[in-house]
Amino acid sequence: MKTSEAPAESAVAVEQSIRMYRRMLTIRRFDEEVNELYTRALMPGLAHMYLGEEAVAVGICEALRPDDYITSTHRGHGHCLAKGARPDLMFAELLGKEVGYCRGKGGSMHIADPSTGNLGANAIVGGSAGIATGAAFSAKRLGTHQVSVCFFGEGALGQGLLYEEMNLAELWKLPVIYACENNLYNEYTHYSETTAGDILARPAAFGMHAESVDGQDVRAVHAAAKRLVDRAREGNDPAFLLCNTYRYRGHHVGDLNRDYRSRQEEQRWMTERDPIKTFADWLIEQGLADSARLKQIDSEVKSEIEAAVQFALAASFPSADQTKQDVYA
Amino acid sequence: MPKAGPEAGVVETTVRELTFAEAVREALAEEMRRDPRVFVLGEDVAEAGTPFKVLSGLVEEFGTERVIDTPISEAGFTGLAVGAAMTGLRPVVDIMFGDFVTLTMDQMVNQAAKVHYMSGGKWKVPMVLRTTLGAGRRSAAQHSQSLHAWFSHIPGLKVVLPSTPYDAKGLLKTAIRDENPVVFFEDKMTYKSKGPVPSGEYTIPFGVADVKREGSDITLVATSSMVQVALGAAALLEEVGISAEVIDPRTTWPLDERTLVESAKKTSRVIVVDEGYGRYGVAAELASVIAEGAFYNLDAPVKRLGAMQVPIPFSPPLEDATVPTDRSVFDLARELCGRS
Repeated sequence: MKTSEAPAESAVAVEQSIRMYRRMLTIRRFDEEVNELYTRALMPGLAHMYLGEEAVAVGICEALRPDDYITSTHRGHGHCLAKGARPDLMFAELLGKEVGYCRGKGGSMHIADPSTGNLGANAIVGGSAGIATGAAFSAKRLGTHQVSVCFFGEGALGQGLLYEEMNLAELWKLPVIYACENNLYNEYTHYSETTAGDILARPAAFGMHAESVDGQDVRAVHAAAKRLVDRAREGNDPAFLLCNTYRYRGHHVGDLNRDYRSRQEEQRWMTERDPIKTFADWLIEQGLADSARLKQIDSEVKSEIEAAVQFALAASFPSADQTKQDVYA
Repeated sequence: MPKAGPEAGVVETTVRELTFAEAVREALAEEMRRDPRVFVLGEDVAEAGTPFKVLSGLVEEFGTERVIDTPISEAGFTGLAVGAAMTGLRPVVDIMFGDFVTLTMDQMVNQAAKVHYMSGGKWKVPMVLRTTLGAGRRSAAQHSQSLHAWFSHIPGLKVVLPSTPYDAKGLLKTAIRDENPVVFFEDKMTYKSKGPVPSGEYTIPFGVADVKREGSDITLVATSSMVQVALGAAALLEEVGISAEVIDPRTTWPLDERTLVESAKKTSRVIVVDEGYGRYGVAAELASVIAEGAFYNLDAPVKRLGAMQVPIPFSPPLEDATVPTDRSVFDLARELCGRS
């Protein structure tokens, strides 16, 4: 392990795999806890859980530098955590506390954090496409070699803004990746009822490089993202990455009946294609980690999330005089 | 001559007569020379210099890297500007006709205006959206509106309405240096009108109204295209012995409430003239501010004069009937002063 290069590389690979595993698990436990907070009436408002989609955010963000940019969505906890956000400050924001990422002014759908390149989660479907593309414009203009990733769900495919931005990105060769998470449902409607033609034909029409990937396979997502991010960074080539995934829970924490789909369908995704379980099996099979190590990680993550929730619950609300602060810079 | 005021401290050099369009262009050119982060983007802004020729010559000096022709995608390039502003640049977006701002509304209202607040003050959006307002070009209902009230309604945005070349230059320079999203409305019928502009460096702060004419019997608060109308009315009023004061707020937000209220207290009668629709509009808001602030000093209700509540029609006699004129302001002022 000390001298030859190959083992050193593999040590890096192991470290990376463990990091991805831990991050996926952190997102899983985070959003399970979000549901718990909602159920116990401890969280104001609603939240949209990322459960089931963890491999997409983690696979893509693992391919990014800390100073690369992302824009996120209303279902954004996973993106923010994958890009490096701290669970305690995330929970604090979800609970409307002053120490939260946005000092309690944004909440679940608007986590933003310059220190991790997070330009902000956005509650207008497709609404962040301009911001992500503009960040890529700045990166190219300023020569910073940063890449920008625009996360959006397949519901955003119905928004014209997305296509205006993709046209600009390809026309001006901007280092931006449009990461489409197809979790099959535009809120309560199956995407096949809202989406004409072939999704990948849309970026193709702009001459944009486009790929699709199994969004439940974090290794596949990471490999594809790495390729596209490197292309963007080196050659200012934008790309479109379609990640096929599944939303385990309802549109938001309060969407309990889910009459628009079957319990069998949900069970099939959860048992046969769970991104965390699949990856854990692979880690063990490859000898990269044993079950004891994974259990230890599980327990560490559990403790971290518990502590984060306690921190957020104990934190203070902002004082009323802060209502008028930060309207203008 | 520009008058002394908060913008004094001007290095009084030579004063030239510039058109409104030249003043706008000069402000942009100076700011682009001063700050390499500033760039312009919009439809036909480069070689064409916009259909109004406001930006003619800019691309020759700064190149197509900084004066950028875009596709006809108002939402797209406005959204791109929001992101670019957040990440280290200072975009100046050109929206050719004010009517087209409707296409940018999500990016301006839900994104640009909210980013700073929603992020707890962590991100900021130093961008300018320049656009036009005003009827009178025989362009019908989709090229003639004055939609500045829409933006004035939204916390997080600043809204600027220059009425003279001097104000246009000084206010645009301030807008470009501001750390917030600023919407800058230019009256497209005013582009060729001339006025004195000093050659030296100056800026005009936001939230400072300008007294365009002093008077004692009635206050005419007027914005943008309506300032000349109010001054025209004031000249007519003088002939019948009524002394009208004309006040131009110059920015609808921030708003110099004090100057409006003080003038109202002095004259006791006020008409607000604004080319947007009066109902639920800028005129309505300014009238309300004055009524609240000067109620006990008023001798008559504060009146609003705005565009007629119809889509702006094409046919000249119809279009001309929709916008306040020197004569309509004069008539209302005389009535308000009990001299009709």
